[in-house]
Amino acid sequence: MKAEHRQGWLFVSPWVIGFALLTAGPMLYSLYLSFTSASLLSPPQWLGLENYRRLAADPLFYRSLGNTAAYAAMGVPAGLLLSLGLALLLNAPVRGLGFFRTLFFLPSVTNTVALSLLWLWLLNPEFGLLNAGLRACGLAGPLWLQSEAWAKPALVLMSLWTAGGQAVIFLAALQGVPRELTEAAAIDGAGPVRRFFAITLPMISPALLFNLIMGLVGALQVFTQAFVMTGGVQPGSEGGPNQATLFIVLYIYKKAFQEFDMGYASALAWALFVLITGCSALAFRLARERVHYESEAA
Amino acid sequence: MKPREFLSPITPATPAGPLVRIGLTYAALVALGALFSLPVVWMLSSSLHELAAVFAQPYRWLPVPLHWENYARAVTILPVPRFLLNTVLITAPVMAATVLSSALVAYGFARFRFPGRDALFALCLATMMLPGQVTMIPLYLVFAKLGWVDTYLPLIVPSLFGSPFYIFLLRQFFLTIPPDSEEAARIDGASRLRIWWSVVLPQARPAVATVLIFTFIGTWNDFFGPLLYLNSPEKATLTLGLNLMKTQVLGSGVVEWNVLMAASLLVLAPNVILFFIAQRHFIRGITMGAGK
Repeated sequence: MKAEHRQGWLFVSPWVIGFALLTAGPMLYSLYLSFTSASLLSPPQWLGLENYRRLAADPLFYRSLGNTAAYAAMGVPAGLLLSLGLALLLNAPVRGLGFFRTLFFLPSVTNTVALSLLWLWLLNPEFGLLNAGLRACGLAGPLWLQSEAWAKPALVLMSLWTAGGQAVIFLAALQGVPRELTEAAAIDGAGPVRRFFAITLPMISPALLFNLIMGLVGALQVFTQAFVMTGGVQPGSEGGPNQATLFIVLYIYKKAFQEFDMGYASALAWALFVLITGCSALAFRLARERVHYESEAA
Repeated sequence: MKPREFLSPITPATPAGPLVRIGLTYAALVALGALFSLPVVWMLSSSLHELAAVFAQPYRWLPVPLHWENYARAVTILPVPRFLLNTVLITAPVMAATVLSSALVAYGFARFRFPGRDALFALCLATMMLPGQVTMIPLYLVFAKLGWVDTYLPLIVPSLFGSPFYIFLLRQFFLTIPPDSEEAARIDGASRLRIWWSVVLPQARPAVATVLIFTFIGTWNDFFGPLLYLNSPEKATLTLGLNLMKTQVLGSGVVEWNVLMAASLLVLAPNVILFFIAQRHFIRGITMGAGK
């Protein structure tokens, strides 16, 4: 082997070894486990498709699937709209925007457990700021996390508060839109709305696709907020009123690490993997013709 | 961010037009800014109130006198100094290992030609999208077999193998460095490893700093890893300890929200300070991820 080749392989070998030991190997092992009765205590017994049959008939699996889908369906579009709105404001031709950018961005880079405790207190039906604000407007606030109907919207609201990260990505894309384009359109008589849909939106579509996919992947894996905010004092009580916040990852965690039902939990994890890969691939496919990449146009 | 020209040609030519637009923009910014900052102001206010005042209706925003003892109670109710030490003992080696291993791999991808390189790099990028839930159960079983559960090893050892996002980020940066000085060092007979360490890394300081900051934030605030692997309360990190504190405080009669908010603020503080010191690194890291 040429020295250049050998040295190249040596430099990348940490990742190659890590990929084999920490990613590829465990993935294959996890696939195997999903066909067994593995638990922490007993050696795995081959079950064939039993875990997947069980999954197909498990009402809690469907409940967690529905909860996760509902959370993503509310949170992802709302997050995209809010962060795009924030980015458009932060791209306006006015002064003093650095301060506001910091303000919007800050919540997205902090500690989810600490933020969960803050929101647990904000959402407190009796003493929380949110319902105090609603009362001041003459409205009776809901029970939020203690209500089956409002628990997921409450978590969506909290996720919107961390939309600043996506806004920064939109902002970077907006700053890359050549001004000559919008100016030329303005001279041709296009109004601000027309300019936004005909020029700005197509130009920032790669950022939109990126935020859509990352938002989707993040929402499908929501865990910490639900674990910290909707559990009682007893371990195992997580999941909210009538399992309204039992999301897939929370369900996998409970099966694997509270009930040590590792084989079944592996089957659940593979179901999630297929779901996430499928959703991302679908988003890519739907977006492929609509996304505008600068290099293609050149 | 460059301030735009005050009267841009986009705005209508009527003199009132731009002023109205600027006024509306500021109004929206201030309204949204208030919405975004109110929770934190309220958190700060709650953390300095005595317990009865936290439940007072209507709520008094200004906590007079200031009850700093909530913070003292927050660090004694559970062994918070111990949690802090544990967190540092995990975070420091993870930062060092992550940046070194990722930079080695990134240099390999950036500066060497070898068969399979591009396919390997594509595979590396693809693993970024992989949801961790597929590997967490087998990894847990393996670490349990090794006797590593309830130690810091499962949280530290994986960082020795590089992290795809940082490999990507560092590789992109290495590609922007002109190779002249590396070639000069090679003519002088320096080894590739030596060149990586003493010629390339010093030139890549901004990218290295970005990786260190992101690794710090990720490890300091990690909840899932410590939740899985650390069983003994005295081994908990700050983030895990905060959840333990929640369980304890919520389980007692009257919930001491003032103390919980004080504890949460203490855990948030290093993040916020780092954020203000190095905001441009945060923005670089985040927008790099989207630019690929």
